[in-house]
Amino acid sequence: MEVLLAAPALPLDEAGKYVAGAYVVFVVLLVVYVAIMAAKVQRIERELREVAAIAEERKEGQAAPGRGAEEAAPHA
Amino acid sequence: MYGKGLKPLSIATVSMLAVSLSLVFFYAPLDADQGFVQKIFYVHVPLAVVALFGFMAGGVFAILHLRSNDRKWDAYSYVAIHISVIFGVAVLITGAIWAKASWGHWWVWDEPTLVSFLIVFLLYATYYPFRYAIEDRDRQARYASVFAVTAGAFVPLNFMAVRMAESLVHPRTFATAEGGMPGEMMLTFLVSLAAMALLYTTLVKFELTAKSASGQVKRLRRALDAPVSGGSSRIAPEVS
Amino acid sequence: MTPSRTAFAAILAKDLRAELRTLQSLPAMALFAVTTFVIFRFGLDRTSLSGSLAAGVLWATLLFAAVLGINRLFVAEREEGGFDAIRLAPIDRTVLFGAKVAALLVYLIALELVTVPIFAIFFLDGASGLLPLIAVLLLADFGLAATGTLISSMAVNSRARDLLVPLVLLPLAVPLMIAATGATDPLLQAGGPSYDRFGTWLMVLGLYDLIFGLVGYAVFDFLLED
Repeated sequence: MEVLLAAPALPLDEAGKYVAGAYVVFVVLLVVYVAIMAAKVQRIERELREVAAIAEERKEGQAAPGRGAEEAAPHA
Repeated sequence: MYGKGLKPLSIATVSMLAVSLSLVFFYAPLDADQGFVQKIFYVHVPLAVVALFGFMAGGVFAILHLRSNDRKWDAYSYVAIHISVIFGVAVLITGAIWAKASWGHWWVWDEPTLVSFLIVFLLYATYYPFRYAIEDRDRQARYASVFAVTAGAFVPLNFMAVRMAESLVHPRTFATAEGGMPGEMMLTFLVSLAAMALLYTTLVKFELTAKSASGQVKRLRRALDAPVSGGSSRIAPEVS
Repeated sequence: MTPSRTAFAAILAKDLRAELRTLQSLPAMALFAVTTFVIFRFGLDRTSLSGSLAAGVLWATLLFAAVLGINRLFVAEREEGGFDAIRLAPIDRTVLFGAKVAALLVYLIALELVTVPIFAIFFLDGASGLLPLIAVLLLADFGLAATGTLISSMAVNSRARDLLVPLVLLPLAVPLMIAATGATDPLLQAGGPSYDRFGTWLMVLGLYDLIFGLVGYAVFDFLLED
């Protein structure tokens, strides 16, 4: 007893709503996870910028000691 | 290097998910009893199976951590359990939707598999407050591993016990009018299972890579004698 | 290296002595159980219980009393710095686990010796189901003792220990409850005890005991490392 679904459009009867709901829940959870990870990655990027700035300052300080600390503009 | 292979893995995951969804909606036959609603089965059950194996994997990683004292295994164990808990939320919600659609109630107690899963989920949900309650990092990692091992051993035992408590078995999942699952359904199920397993692996790798990157930043900061930022979690183990 | 048996006996004796000191907790736990029975009498609006209702009330009460009592045992340990002293002693750590499980087991048996007869007096029509119930009680007690020792040892040095132990222990105790009530339900039936699936449930209890006994045995070492 095989019934192949005719078209990509879901039949919007009762059953369709529930099935759609279940798959929506799955997708939403997945996207929420991606969003949380995105926040993490943003934080890592920010910290790397800071660390890069510190490293550059350090380098300038070594190259020209006593010439006074020059604020190195971080690369945009 | 945790990020290595992440790109091909995610591509494989996406492809497999696409194939699985296509099979579900264009290929798999309609169930004799439940009709269209049965399609939820292809997202609910693979999520559940993968989550359960994830929990047990967390136990295995915990054993490795206890034996080698290498902290990376604790990170693996934590992430395995963490992603499984997230999958678990999806399992319970999709299970409730399926229950509502099939039997009219958002929750039914005579579904031994769903009930067992709830109990396992409740146990693993305590993993976070448990870790949080132990301040010393070393001890936290060790005790968390003990927890993960105990809980991992618990999973199969629990399923068996709950199943025995019910005479009804998870009905109609693997049956149609002819009785027994037709080949097309089985194929679709297996592909969905593979897709979820790949998704799980990708997410675990993704999480570990992010942790590793954080760890490398900390390492850089320490090397430069720069102040360490205060943003580290109390419970999530660090990866370096 | 102290022979295991002497060490075991020594620790067991120490724990029991500590228990006798904090045996204040045993009457309190028994009182808690009896009061809970009264609450169930009114909550369920029943004066006699049989079958699954009787099994449920009995086991739920025993479980909660046990969980409350488990914390007490380890509090005393911690307050006297017990773990540290034992850690320094040259004994096999797993002997410590065995001794603690035994102490908890004795505690649970003592608790049941008091509460089960009272339960029978309050709610049961006849005592015929009680004798086979002993087997169920013993097997369940061992499982509870093993799991309880493991979890409270894990929690002993943590904050919010009082909440954490019940929180983690209760889901773990569910299969135990399922098997215990499964076996007890037919025993306490109105028409006299029946042994429907009795052997099967006892086997499940035994399996639980075996698994958690082994897990605890294997893993306890790691809880005492410095």
